[in-house]
Amino acid sequence: MSPDTSNGAHETYDDDIVRLFFGATVLWAVVGMLVGVIIALQLAFWPANMDVPYLTFGRLRPLHTNAVIFAFAGNAVFTGIYYSMQRLMKVRTHDLLSRIHFWGWQGIIVSAALTLPFGFTQSREYAELIWPIDIAIAVVWVVFAINFFYTIAYRKVQHLYVAIWFYMSFVLTVAVLHIVNALALPATLTRSFPLYSGMTDALVQWWYGHNAVAFFLTTPFLGLMYYFLPKAAERPVFSYRLSIIHFWALVFLYIWAGPHHLLYSGLPDWVQTVGSIFSIMLIAPSWGGMLNGLLTLRGAWDRLRTDPIIKFLVVGVSFYGMSTFEGPMMSVRSVNALSHFTNWVVGHVHSGALGWNGMISFGMLYWLAPRLWGKVHNESWVSLHFWMATIGIVLYVVSMWAGGLTEGLMWRAINADGLLAYPNFVDIVQRLAPFYWTRFFGGTLFLLGALLMAFNFILTIRDARAAGASAPVAAK
Amino acid sequence: MSDTQHTQEHWHRRVLENKGGLFAVLSVAAIAVGSMVELVPMFTVDYAPEEVVGIHPYTPLEVAGRDIYVREGCYLCHSQWVRPFRSETLRYGTWSRAEEYVYDRPFQLGSRRIGPDLHRVGGKYNNAWHYEHMRNPRSTSPGSIMPNYPWLYEWSYDPADVAASVNTLATLGHPYADDVLADIPGAIRAQADDVVADLKASNIEVEPDKEIVAVIAYLQRLGLDGRAKVAAAEGGAK
Repeated sequence: MSPDTSNGAHETYDDDIVRLFFGATVLWAVVGMLVGVIIALQLAFWPANMDVPYLTFGRLRPLHTNAVIFAFAGNAVFTGIYYSMQRLMKVRTHDLLSRIHFWGWQGIIVSAALTLPFGFTQSREYAELIWPIDIAIAVVWVVFAINFFYTIAYRKVQHLYVAIWFYMSFVLTVAVLHIVNALALPATLTRSFPLYSGMTDALVQWWYGHNAVAFFLTTPFLGLMYYFLPKAAERPVFSYRLSIIHFWALVFLYIWAGPHHLLYSGLPDWVQTVGSIFSIMLIAPSWGGMLNGLLTLRGAWDRLRTDPIIKFLVVGVSFYGMSTFEGPMMSVRSVNALSHFTNWVVGHVHSGALGWNGMISFGMLYWLAPRLWGKVHNESWVSLHFWMATIGIVLYVVSMWAGGLTEGLMWRAINADGLLAYPNFVDIVQRLAPFYWTRFFGGTLFLLGALLMAFNFILTIRDARAAGASAPVAAK
Repeated sequence: MSDTQHTQEHWHRRVLENKGGLFAVLSVAAIAVGSMVELVPMFTVDYAPEEVVGIHPYTPLEVAGRDIYVREGCYLCHSQWVRPFRSETLRYGTWSRAEEYVYDRPFQLGSRRIGPDLHRVGGKYNNAWHYEHMRNPRSTSPGSIMPNYPWLYEWSYDPADVAASVNTLATLGHPYADDVLADIPGAIRAQADDVVADLKASNIEVEPDKEIVAVIAYLQRLGLDGRAKVAAAEGGAK
C-alpha cells in the first residue's frame, strides 16, 4: 500500500491524475455553462423549450446546476487538491484509488446527464440525483476520503498547511451532508421518498443546500486560494493566525445558516432567527479569508497590471468578498422579504459561482498548464478570456439585481385602494424580458471565454506533444 | 523572534495543525454542533393526529400527478409557499402553515417564482382551464413564458407505478384507508373518471389514464385542506 518510492529522496508525484481532472474540469465547464446559456435563453424566449419533454427549463435547470457545481467546480477542486496535496505532504497519492475516484466521479456525472433530462429526480435542489446514483456518490466519496487521509497518514511533512484544513473540512462535511440529506425509502429503481416530510424535509434539504455552497464551493476553494494565490504571487500568506481564526469560525458558523432559505415559512421562528443570526455573523470569517487572500499580494500589486493569472485570482477573491457580504444581507428578514423568490437570488448565486468559483478555477488552470504541459499556447488569449469573463459576470449580476428588484417590488406593490398594483402576474413577468436577455448575453460571453480557454489548452497540449517533451515534474 | 516565543506563539501547531486525526475529529465536531441544535428538535416534532385533523394524504391519482409535477421540475419555477404578507395573501390566499405540508414528501416549497405561487391554486380555476393551460399556457394566460406540455396529453401513467409510490408513502406513515391500499388502481380510476366527466361537461374529451388527468387532480387539491382548516377556525369567514 505504501508508495514505492517512500524510502527515497526522489519522490515522484502523480501528475497524470492532475492532468485527467484538469481535462475533465475544462470539458464540464463548457458543458455546464452551455446548458446554463440554453436555459437563460428559455426564460427570455419561451419557444426555446421547443415542445420537447427532455429539453424544457424544468428538466435542464438541474442539469445545469449539477454540471456546474459537481462537474466543473468539483473537478476543479480535485485538480487542485491532487496537485497541491502531494506537494504539501511530500508524498504520492495512491494511484489506483485516484483512478477509481476519477472515473467513478465522471461516471456519476454522465449518469446525471442521462437521468435528469428524462425527469428522474428527487427534486432536492443540488441533490436531485436518484437514489442509486446517491449510493454511487457515497462510495466514490469514501474512496476519495481514504486516498486523502492515506496521504495525510503517510506524509513526510509534520505540519498540515492551511489549505489542507480546508480540504479536510470539505471531504468530511460533504460526506455528512450527502448521507443525511439522501436518506430515503425507494419505491422503484428510479424513485424514492425521503424519510423526512414537509417542513422537516425542507429544513434538512436547506441545511444540505446551503452547506453545499459552504463546504463544496467555499472551503475547498479557500484551500485552492491558500495554495495557488501565494504560489502565483510568490509571496507567503499574509497571516497564519488569521487563517486559523477564520477557518474555525467559518466551519463552526456556516453549518447553522441553512434556515435563511426558509424565512417566513412554517419553520419554527427560533430556527429561522438562529439561521439569520449565524448568516450575518458569517461576514467576519468570510472576510477574514478574503483579506488574507488579498493581503497576500502586499508588495506584488503591480503584477495585477501584467499577470493575467493574478487578475483571475484577485477578481475571484473580490467576488468572494462581495457575495459573502451580499449573502448575510439577504439573510436579514426584511431584506429577505423582498429578495426571496426573485432573480436577485440567482444573481447572488452567480456572483459566487462565476465570480468566485469560476475565476479561481480559471486562474488555477492557467497557472497549472505550463507546469503540466509546457508554455500556454497563446498568452494574449488568457487576458482576453479574463476580460470576457469579467464583463460577462458584470452583465449577468447587474441584470439579475435589477430584474430581482423589479419583480420583488412589483409583487408587493399596493395601490391607494389597498389592492395589488399589479394583480396580473404575467404583467410582471413581461417586464423582466430585457433583464433576461442581458443575462443571456452576459452568460454567453462567459461561455465564449471558457471555450477560448478550452481551445487554448487543446493547442497547448498539442504543442507539448509536437515538442515531444514529457511533462516536467515540478517538485515543490 | 526567539525560539521560545516561536513555540509559545504556535502552541496550537503542536496540539492541532500537526495532528491530522485530531484535526479531522474537531472539524467534524465543529459542524456537528449547529447541525444537531437545528435538526434534532425538528426530528422530534410529533405531528399528533389532533394537530393534523383536516389534513389528508394525497389520493393515489394525486400522487400520480405529484410524481409528474416533480418529474417536470415544476418547483423550479413555482413555489408552494405563501408568506404571511398582505401582498401575498391578496394575490394567493391565506398563508402556508407548517402542518399543511405533513404529507409532502419530498417537500415542494420551491425557491424561485418565475411563475406564481401554487400553494392555493386548488379550486382557483376549473379543470378545463388547467387542461387548456398546460397544453398552451398562452391560451389562458397571454404573455406567459411557461413551456407547452403536449406530452402530458399523449403519455399515460402506469397504475402499478403509482401503486409503488402510494405503498411507499403508506410505509412511511401516510394514513391511507385499508380499502384504498387494497385496490389502488380502482381508487385511481374512480377519481380519474370524475375529472374526465367534468372535462366532458366543458366539451373536452380525454382518456382517464392520460397524465394530464393526474396533474389536474393534483393541482386542484393544492392548499384545499389548509384553506378549509383556516376557514373553520375563523368561523367560516373565508
